[in-house]
Amino acid sequence: MKYLGLVLANLGRHKLRTVLTILSVALALFLFASLRSVTTTLAATAQLGGARRLVTTNATGIVFVLPLAYGNRIKALPGVTGLSWANWFGGRYGDGKTFFANFAVDAESYLKMYPEFIIPDDQRAAFLRDRTGALIGKRLLRQFGWKVGQNVTLQGTIFPGEWTFTVDAVYTPSDPSLGDDALVFHHEYFDERIGRAGIAGWYIVEIDDPAHAPQIAKSIDDMFRNSSAATKTGTEKEFQASFATMWGNVSFLMSTIGLAVVFAILLVTANAMMMSARERTGEIAVLKTVGFSDRLLFALIMVEAGAMALTGAALGLGGAKLFYPAISFNGAGFLPGFKVATSTLVVGGLVALGLMLASGLVPALRAAQLPIVQALRKVE
Amino acid sequence: MALVEIRDVYKSFQRDTQKIDVFTGLTLDIEAGSFTALMGPSGSGKSTLLNLIAGLDKPTRGSVTVGGAQVSAMSASQLAAWRASNIGFVFQSFNLLPVLTAYQNVELPLLLTRLSSRERTERVKLALDVVGLADRADHYPRQLSGGQEQRTAIARAIVADPTVMLLDEPTGQLDAKSSQEVLALLQRLNNEFSKTIVIVTHDAHAAERAKTTLHLEKGDLIEKRAAAGVR
Repeated sequence: MKYLGLVLANLGRHKLRTVLTILSVALALFLFASLRSVTTTLAATAQLGGARRLVTTNATGIVFVLPLAYGNRIKALPGVTGLSWANWFGGRYGDGKTFFANFAVDAESYLKMYPEFIIPDDQRAAFLRDRTGALIGKRLLRQFGWKVGQNVTLQGTIFPGEWTFTVDAVYTPSDPSLGDDALVFHHEYFDERIGRAGIAGWYIVEIDDPAHAPQIAKSIDDMFRNSSAATKTGTEKEFQASFATMWGNVSFLMSTIGLAVVFAILLVTANAMMMSARERTGEIAVLKTVGFSDRLLFALIMVEAGAMALTGAALGLGGAKLFYPAISFNGAGFLPGFKVATSTLVVGGLVALGLMLASGLVPALRAAQLPIVQALRKVE
Repeated sequence: MALVEIRDVYKSFQRDTQKIDVFTGLTLDIEAGSFTALMGPSGSGKSTLLNLIAGLDKPTRGSVTVGGAQVSAMSASQLAAWRASNIGFVFQSFNLLPVLTAYQNVELPLLLTRLSSRERTERVKLALDVVGLADRADHYPRQLSGGQEQRTAIARAIVADPTVMLLDEPTGQLDAKSSQEVLALLQRLNNEFSKTIVIVTHDAHAAERAKTTLHLEKGDLIEKRAAAGVR
């Protein structure tokens, strides 16, 4: 503690430089935390899904549909205890530029299969009764100022036309990664409007035992192998993970950019520390003359580097932790449950420690190894 | 036994391919409580001798002993600890740390001791009082005159009550009045507080204040002269 005054005095020597260095570290770690949180949020989303739920899609790709007639055949398989289906709708709201997730579901079976949607009983009943009703996430309510009972019109993109729904119910997800910004409506209404096409985007299959999942998935896919629309069945986790892997390269890009930013800031910080130490060559020689040991001077310069790196880290990581919840950030609906995880704060802290070591080590070693007489000769 | 014993000291430097011999077997003693002026032309080895006594440099051969401790045989870490309690060094260009106040500059050697904060404060105040700068404790070096800066440096040199004070041209950058003040202060420290003082100077007036004057030339001690009234 007795050396605190000396450390603070040295940090205050060039206040602007110190402040800018700390802000550089803060900005770098804010970006690092933000980019890493994108990756961790995507990973958390990929972990979603009940162990007893399988998802069946068209084997050609998720954008291709399946016949609604498959439902009864799947339901008849041994081990299948429940079935629901859904269709991606892809409608836009307002000026046609506002987008959020919206899809048609077989409401009764869907809500039974997804207890993760927490809905007040009266609203649930109202939604199930109303063919043109909609169930929305609470974020949409906040975002657009909608009220329960009000009509909302979407412009269809895949399925053209104006689609008007009544907001009957609002859900809160039990897991934030599920997202609270989707609109779901009745598949029956959807099917009627598109002329009874009898299509389902995907089936959700509830099974009796997670251990039977591979066997049941194989039975489903074998059943439709030679039909016009072959199926691909997997666990719900695999289904979610397939979305996350679509982001695979983005995650890699995010990590790479994050590391590049940290490395660039490392160079800035290291340069600032080296400049600071070089300017003080004479003073370091004087301190050695007074009796400061090489080890003590090494430690003091490392503490200076640490004070800058850790203050920057506290600002950057703390800022990220507070900022995103304050603005309810969810990446325009693509990153539901976005949050700066504790693991990100820990990794960020370790990055800051690395910054401290990397930026302080060279000037600290130079100071420790400085030959007093030569240094004094330059000063005198 | 003398406080400082220089025995058969050789010191040479390498400049490019040329070897420069500064001392070739120098031997001399400095007594405790003495006030010694080292004089001689540039390159005669005055500052090098001061550096050897302070343990800032090591002789190529021979031994330097201060207060019974063989300085020339100590490791770098031993020397640092030894300097903290035995050497008070004053430079020609003051060399105060510009980011610290006069008080904080004077306190620096005491940070290396086990003294409590209260004890350090008492000692720093006493040292500043001795050099006549008690009212300048909170001033930064840039707010002090040259003479005041040098007196602060002297306060820093005496605050840990060292065995010997070494001053390298302490009046070299001062005007006549400030020089006289600093020299009078050194005399007082020697007479009243029995501090052993070794001063390197080109200034004959400064040397007159010393009790003993040693003349060096090309690394050899060519004259040792006691001031009038001093044996």
